[in-house]
Order: sequence, then structure tokens, then C-alpha cells
Amino acid sequence: MSFTVTPEHEELRQTVRRFLAEKSPIAAVRKTMTTDAGFDDAVWAQMAEQIGLQGLIVPEAHGGAGMGAAELAIVAEEMGRVLFCAPFLSTVLATQALLLAGSEAARNDLLPGIAAGTTRATLAYVEPGGDWEPSAAKATATQEGADWRLDGEKAFVLDGHTADVLLVTARTADGLSLFRVDAGAPGLERKALPTLDLTRKLANVSLNGARATRVGTAGDVTPAIERAVQWAIAALAAEQAGGAQRCLETATDYAKTRLQFGRPIGTFQAIKHRCADMLVSTEFAKSAAYGAAAALVDGDGVVEATAIAKSYCSEAFFQAAGDNIQIHGGMGFTWEADAHLYFKRAKSSSLLFGDPVKYREKLAARIGL
Amino acid sequence: MTEEELRGRVRALVAKVDPDRVDMHTFRGAQFDHGLALVNFPEGHGGLGLNPRMQGVVNDELQKSCKTTYDDLVVNPIGIGMGMPTLLTYGSDEMKKQLLRRCYTGEDIWCQLFSEPGAGSDVAGLAMRAERQGDAWVVNGQKVWTSLAHVSRWGMLLARCNPDVPKHEGLVYFLVDMQSPGVEVRPLYQITGEAEFNEVFFNDVRIPHANVLGKVGQGWHVAITTLMNERTALGGGSSQRASGPIRILMGLWQERGKGRGEAGAVSRDRITKLYIEAELLRATAARGRAAQRSGNPGPEGSVGKLAQAELYKRIWECCTDVMGADALTYEAGYELRRPRTEDRRDAVGMAKYQFLRSRANSIEGGTSEVMRNILGERVLGLPGEPRVDKAVAWKDIPR
Repeated sequence: MSFTVTPEHEELRQTVRRFLAEKSPIAAVRKTMTTDAGFDDAVWAQMAEQIGLQGLIVPEAHGGAGMGAAELAIVAEEMGRVLFCAPFLSTVLATQALLLAGSEAARNDLLPGIAAGTTRATLAYVEPGGDWEPSAAKATATQEGADWRLDGEKAFVLDGHTADVLLVTARTADGLSLFRVDAGAPGLERKALPTLDLTRKLANVSLNGARATRVGTAGDVTPAIERAVQWAIAALAAEQAGGAQRCLETATDYAKTRLQFGRPIGTFQAIKHRCADMLVSTEFAKSAAYGAAAALVDGDGVVEATAIAKSYCSEAFFQAAGDNIQIHGGMGFTWEADAHLYFKRAKSSSLLFGDPVKYREKLAARIGL
Repeated sequence: MTEEELRGRVRALVAKVDPDRVDMHTFRGAQFDHGLALVNFPEGHGGLGLNPRMQGVVNDELQKSCKTTYDDLVVNPIGIGMGMPTLLTYGSDEMKKQLLRRCYTGEDIWCQLFSEPGAGSDVAGLAMRAERQGDAWVVNGQKVWTSLAHVSRWGMLLARCNPDVPKHEGLVYFLVDMQSPGVEVRPLYQITGEAEFNEVFFNDVRIPHANVLGKVGQGWHVAITTLMNERTALGGGSSQRASGPIRILMGLWQERGKGRGEAGAVSRDRITKLYIEAELLRATAARGRAAQRSGNPGPEGSVGKLAQAELYKRIWECCTDVMGADALTYEAGYELRRPRTEDRRDAVGMAKYQFLRSRANSIEGGTSEVMRNILGERVLGLPGEPRVDKAVAWKDIPR
């Protein structure tokens, strides 16, 4: 239920860590998160040129690195550690949506640009009300000659306000399909949301006869979109594990140096034991995230493993982020300390794609409970 | 030695001494003489000087070649798991010759005599007194939580030889013959009704000086060797998906819990959470073993004991809740008895027993509080608590 970490994985981790240390120190995160776009164009371009992460899971035939879920987990874990502000998770979603539900023409058309970092794409599949099941989509698609017109509302779209291309799910006569709507398309309206978590941007999208191209394969694409979301969940879980690890490290570092009652607060068992419990749940979270990645690599037990990862990593990261605030005391409640950035990221990650209870419900049904 | 050569050696042993035809002591004696008892031990002492991983090859080949196999943890858990490594490191050649083989065969059962009523987590603060008299020592005091003392021939005994120095510096470590005059073993009545453990009283027990392991005053170092071999045995979770305690809980739920409708939703979520943690305990232990194999051990290997103890308590408690009113009865009863497996042959009996027994999981082999201190200090590098007893002579520490 895990993958074996190879020396190549370790090398990848170090490469990503070095890049992020240089390009995404916490000062840069704080600056970027207050911009409307929520990411730094220059850093995005450098990431594509220097380490090619946009194309990590894009097949080599389409100009990517052709890596799998294990490598994705390692990269996402590093990004989660530093709250990297970039449209990476939306890229993962869009890439998988195209690979799993897209026609060959659409893959040929879009994936090279995505891999090169020149096309930023996202997947719009959730609608107002926040039911995270792809099957709940109500937006409709009507054919008009070679083009299509989309009507409906999409909500909580990752990087929806900045993406060059929106991949949108909508209903046709033969079921749910996938459509491409370009940024400037007539009938498309996008509205950035004021997010709880400033480090991850979301938008609502209105489609009023929006001009679209059908990119979905023939027939219903619901299962394919579900699998694409499972890829995103696996990446998100690794991010969460990385975030929890960082909270553990900052809390522990603070407990070593903060003096009260004439001694480091880390000498008190009330603090030390909280840190030890964080260590346990962080290690479990890593196991859960790697387990989800391994299931995607094997193509076996994906629903169960991603449900475990979504449930456990969400709660472990949130607990760690809360504990980190508590251990920092009054300082932890300030804007100046970074603890709140992780706390908000933890909650937004926990709710994104559905909360832990929802995934335990799915898991329970699968394991016969 | 290659894996294939080792397998050949096992087959040669079985061809010569067939475990399906001879008794346990005879077979295990032959296994010891062939160097296949603990392959990491030196030749002549039951091993072949190989990497300890190779023991897995031996056990695997034995499983394949014969119907009768023995589990060290059943034959002589404390003797083999903790006693033999300690004896190998600190014993004289004569003691090794005399004791290692009989320990491995199970002819001599061993027990560990460390904990005392006044020394639990703070075991180095123990009070059992050892006084030198010529070629022997005279020992007085009480030990507690001693598994197997009632059937043991040898005990690993930690006692105080010098109360005038700080606690860690005044200890001596003995191998004591449990049949010596003055040793009295009494069953310890536990919350389950069973006596897995004993209290052991020492009244003017004479131990030959030759039975001291390590140097007088350095018994703590020897004890560390014993204890290090204890914790590694705990905390690996179950080996297979959805096995062990969680399997029993899920089975009970499938029989009794389903169909509770809305009222069951909370329990269902609770069980699912426990299932997730059981799976992650297993996965984390596997990750720890993989990291160990690659020579890169990280924190994943050290969280198991704490995590397992706390998880198993919750799983067994959940079992009683799923059983509902049926858990109001305890068929095994509470008359003092030694452990008997028939009380827990089915899931219901097992769950009722383990509901009580699992409370010890977070106490034995290091309490969860001690484990959190260890994780905090050794893994996370947090500073230790100020020690009020550090530079103080043992006799001056409040107790």
C-alpha cells in the first residue's frame, strides 16, 4: 500500500525543494497571495523552463516528462510544505481530465502547451451548492454547427479566473461530456471568490450560451472525471502531508527556543506530547498520501486509497495547523506569524473536493461497513 | 553465505533431524547446533554470523519443508527475544555455553525482573538491594509485572548495589536461578481475572558473583541492551490488510450493527476512522521496514508502539459498543487464573477479553507518556525535562 522511494525520487524531491526555497520563500508567498491572480507569472515560467513541473505527468509524446502518481506525490508534498502559490493543482486536474476524458485531437492540441507552462488550464466540474460529485453537474451543452453553446453555473473552480482554458463538464443528449471554453469566449463570465485561504484561488464561472468546443470522448465521461478528481485528491493529500510536516517543524523549532518559566517550553510535557502526537499523525498522513499514489500507479484500490488519504490527511493537517497556532501562543494568532497561513490552507484543503466525512462514507460502502 | 546455500543448510538439518518426528527440545537443539537458531549470532552460539535479515530465509525454508514449526515468541519470548542478545553481549563464555542453547530450545524459560512497585517508568530508580558477601551477593526486595516467572528457570535481575551514588550508577545486573532458596513467585491478579504476570519476592537470595553481567555499578548499560530488544518487538500493526483487531470489529459490526439506519451512522463513521488508522499503522510500519532495509531509517519506524497501543484500545472499546447489551456479560468470569485461550476463541470472547487487556498496551514496554517523551526528545530533538534526581545520591531521592 505504498511505493518504494527510489534514489531518483529523492533526487526529484531535492530538486523541487531547492527550486521552491529560492522562488517561494514565505515572503514571496505573502506577496503573491495578495495579488488577484494568486501566482507569479515569472516563477511559473521559470518552473517550466528549469524543472518542467507543469509537464510532470504529461506523457512524453505530448512534450511532458511522463511521470506517474509517485513522482506527483513527491512534488506536491514539497509544494504543500511551503504553501507554493501557483495553479499547479488545477493543472493536475486539467491534465488528467484531458488524458482520461479528452479526445485525441484535444490532447494533441492542449497538452503540449500545458506541459510547456504556456497554457494554463483548469477543470470546472462543481456547481453552486458544492456537491463535489462530477455526476451532479446540471450545466447543459447545445450544438450549434461545429461549435457548442454552454449554459449553467460552475463554482469553486481552481484558478478559474486566470486559466487560459477552462475544461467544463456539461450535459448532452449522450450524457456528461467535456468542453473547452477559452478565456475570452463570448458568454463566459468569471468571478474570483474572496477565499478563506489566500494561497489558493477559486472562481465562480457563469456560462450564458458560452462558446465551446467539445473535447470529451464520445459517450458519458463521468467515470473519467471522477478518476481525474482522484488524481487531484492524491496530489492534494501529499500537499497536506507536506503542510503537516512543516507545521510540526515550526512548532517544534519554536518550542525549543521559546522560554517561559525559565526553560524552553518544549521541556514541558504538555507541549512535547502534543508535538509527539503531531509526529505520529504526520507520519500516518505520509503513508496515506503515498498509499493513494501507489494505488494510482497500480490502478488498483484507487477509490479506497484516495478516500483514506482525503479523510486522514485533511484531519491530520488541520490538527497540526491548529496545534502549531496553540504552541506559538499569542504569537500564533498574529498576522505576522505564518501559522495562520497553514491553518487556512488546512481548512480549505480539507473542504476542497469534499470533506472527510464524505470520503469515509464512500470508503465504508466499499469495505462492507 | 548466499540465500540458496542457507536454504540448503536448512534442508540438510531437516533431513537429519525431522521436526515432525522428534520433540521440540531435540529439534531446536539441532537447529541451534547447525547455526540456524539466530543466524546473526556467532558460530558455536546458535548462529552463523550473518545479517539478521537472513533469519527470515531460514524461517521461510522451515515453513516450506516441515509441518511442525515453532515460534520463538511462544517457545520462550523473553529468553530468546531479550535474554539471548543480552547474554551474548555481556555474558562470559562459560555462561554462554551453559545457557544459550537451553534458552533457545525452551528447556529453560527466562523472565525479566526489572519493574518494582516503586519503579515503573522510572525503572532506574528501583530499590531491590544487592549486597556483596565474599563470592556471592545477597539480594532482598520485590519485583512486579514479571511474565512467566512461575515457569522460569532464569531471571534477568536488576538490583541496587550502591545507594550512595546517583540512581543510574549504582545498579548491578544478574542472571538469577529462579530455583534459588528465598525466591517466591506469586500470581498477580489483573483486571481481566487472569494472572499473566507475577510478583516476585527475594528474601536473602544468594547469587554467585559469576552470574553478574557487565560490571558492578554498570547494570544500567546492560539493562538498556535488554530493553532495546523489547521495544522493537512492539508496534508493527497487523501484517495483512484489515486483519487483527480491526477485522474482529468489522465482523461484529457486520453481524450486529448493520441495519441500525440513521442511528448507526455515527458508529459506522467511527469504525471507518478506526479502519483507516489500522491501515495506516500497517502502512507506516511497512514504510519503516523499507527505510530500515535501505539503510535510511526515519521517524516512521519509531511511532508504531505509541500509535498501536492507543489505536487498539479504541478498537476494542468500539467492539463493546457494537455488542451493546451483550457486552454487559463477561463469561470468562473473574476467578484468578492463568491465561487460557479457550476464553477468547471466538470474536465475542476475544473482544470482551481485549477490552480489558488492551488497557495494558499503553503501559507495558514503555507507557504512552514515556513513548511521547522519547519521540519528542530523540526524534524531534526537544529538550529534556529538568531532572531533579540527576546528581543526587539514590538514597536522598524522595520516595
